[in-house]
Amino acid sequence: MRPSLDKTVLFIAASLPALALLWLVPTDGLGVNPIREGMHYTGDWAIRLLILALAITPAAKVSGAKKLFRYRRMIGLFAFFYGLLHVFTYVVLDHFFDVETIIKDIAKRPFITIGMGVFLILLALAVTSTHQMVRRLGARRWQALHRLVYLAGVGAAVHFTLSVKKDITEPLIYGAIIAALLLARLLLRYELLPRLKIPAVRGEPVEP
Amino acid sequence: MLIRIRRAGDVRESEITPESLYLSRRLFLAGGAAAALGLSVNPARAEAALRALGPMRKSAFSTAEERTPYEAVTNYNNFYEFGLDKEDPAAKAHSLQPRPWSLRIDGEVARPQTFDVDDLIAKTPLEERIYRLRCVEAWSMVVPWVGFPLSSLLSRVEPTGKAKYVAFETLHDPMQMPGQNKEVLEWPYREGLRLDEAMHPLAILAVGLYGRVLPNQNGAPIRLVVPWKYGFKSIKSIVRIRLTERQPRTAWNVAAPDEYGFYANVNPDVDHPRWSQAKERRIGDFFRRDTLMFNGYGDEVAQLYSGMNLRRYF
Ligand code: HEM
Repeated sequence: MRPSLDKTVLFIAASLPALALLWLVPTDGLGVNPIREGMHYTGDWAIRLLILALAITPAAKVSGAKKLFRYRRMIGLFAFFYGLLHVFTYVVLDHFFDVETIIKDIAKRPFITIGMGVFLILLALAVTSTHQMVRRLGARRWQALHRLVYLAGVGAAVHFTLSVKKDITEPLIYGAIIAALLLARLLLRYELLPRLKIPAVRGEPVEP
Repeated sequence: MLIRIRRAGDVRESEITPESLYLSRRLFLAGGAAAALGLSVNPARAEAALRALGPMRKSAFSTAEERTPYEAVTNYNNFYEFGLDKEDPAAKAHSLQPRPWSLRIDGEVARPQTFDVDDLIAKTPLEERIYRLRCVEAWSMVVPWVGFPLSSLLSRVEPTGKAKYVAFETLHDPMQMPGQNKEVLEWPYREGLRLDEAMHPLAILAVGLYGRVLPNQNGAPIRLVVPWKYGFKSIKSIVRIRLTERQPRTAWNVAAPDEYGFYANVNPDVDHPRWSQAKERRIGDFFRRDTLMFNGYGDEVAQLYSGMNLRRYF
């Protein structure tokens, strides 16, 4: 199957922040403390793509643009990819496999523990993102598992908020967007938001 | 990325230009890339050459470690009066007018005085002090400061018997320091030391770095440097010093008392609640290195704290 044009464009767009690193790093574009800046950069893109992935379902349901569902998996996988770069930066670049420090960090510091939890959720969702996995798990169980994406969203916002030294405006904005998306989901569920009934797009799992 | 700035004595104005041009071109490139992504790297800026300071003595307290390049020292700063990002001070501190500047010293002293900072610089023997700087955020630098011992200034105002602490205040002027329009910390920024800490020969008032007067973003025209404490203790752009009987309020301690203590001595064994202080990344290094007790100045300062529980008085 040839990839469609829209998905190709989306793929390239979502890759740009990662590709930009190939230029930013050698030109000192990340400043004089590039590893720390890299933590922020990859964390920011991970949460942004996670939010985008969370927005697909309500946006599609409210607008009736069912085509949007086609992009959900790819965006979710990109959120995982940036999360992976973020964790790679932490484990390899920041602490260079200093397992003792890393384990202590995860155990002792709630913001790291939560980040780890979010990462594990994204990992589980990425691993089970194929059609084959939907079939193997059964639609019901698959769906139950993939609802964890909301927990990941809330966790990511909490992780961001706790990581900030001063002025939590930015993480609160991200958190508010995630809360709004969650609320939209609940309202949709209880038919409190206007929506168009959309049949499932063939081949792509769609939540009720 | 290594930009060597020569000693004050042998730099001529004409030699500065190519270097600052080079710097601004490089920052411009990086800035372009960053701007495309909405990152905040400071914009191109051809920094006017700063005044070279007069003769200065070397000091036995200086470290022989490799100095952090000028560009890094002046582009990676925590100075919330100009914004919260590390690049903000370099990009925005031009609104600060460091000259003329008066520094008032009063409180529990026999001879309260107001000093003109340039006058003070002209009349005080200057020393170069190459110190390690350890930020509470677990990064560090090596900075060649120019300044003089705080004790020499304090002696001139003659502290009274009641004086137990020294309180410092940064300028409070939101026109010059636009970051003060936002209530991120209690303004003006305040810091404090115990009198014996302040009188310690390692504690200096710095008026320059790399042989030239302080760039605005590094706390022009006069700042404190206490190398055995986390960087936030080394208050910048000081307008007032007061000797007090009681322990003064300090900005970060007021903001988050469980995270930032009054003492804030560098201590690898006492973690910040959100990160470990056992290791640090020296700017420019890939690997972290072990953080040293009192930032490696233990031989000089440990006796100030003998018998104190440093976990409690962190
Ligand atoms: C094992 C997993 C993780 C670890 C150890 C971890 C660790 C960190 C650390 C150390 C910081 C920087 C704190 C600082 O220096 O200021 C950070 C920031 C951040 N992380 Fe994570 N993280 C993890 C997972 C995640 C995941 C899965 C996401 C998002 C989906 C995420 C999103 C963020 C965000 C948005 C920031 C703040 C960036 C900023 O300040 O601009 N993290 N994380």
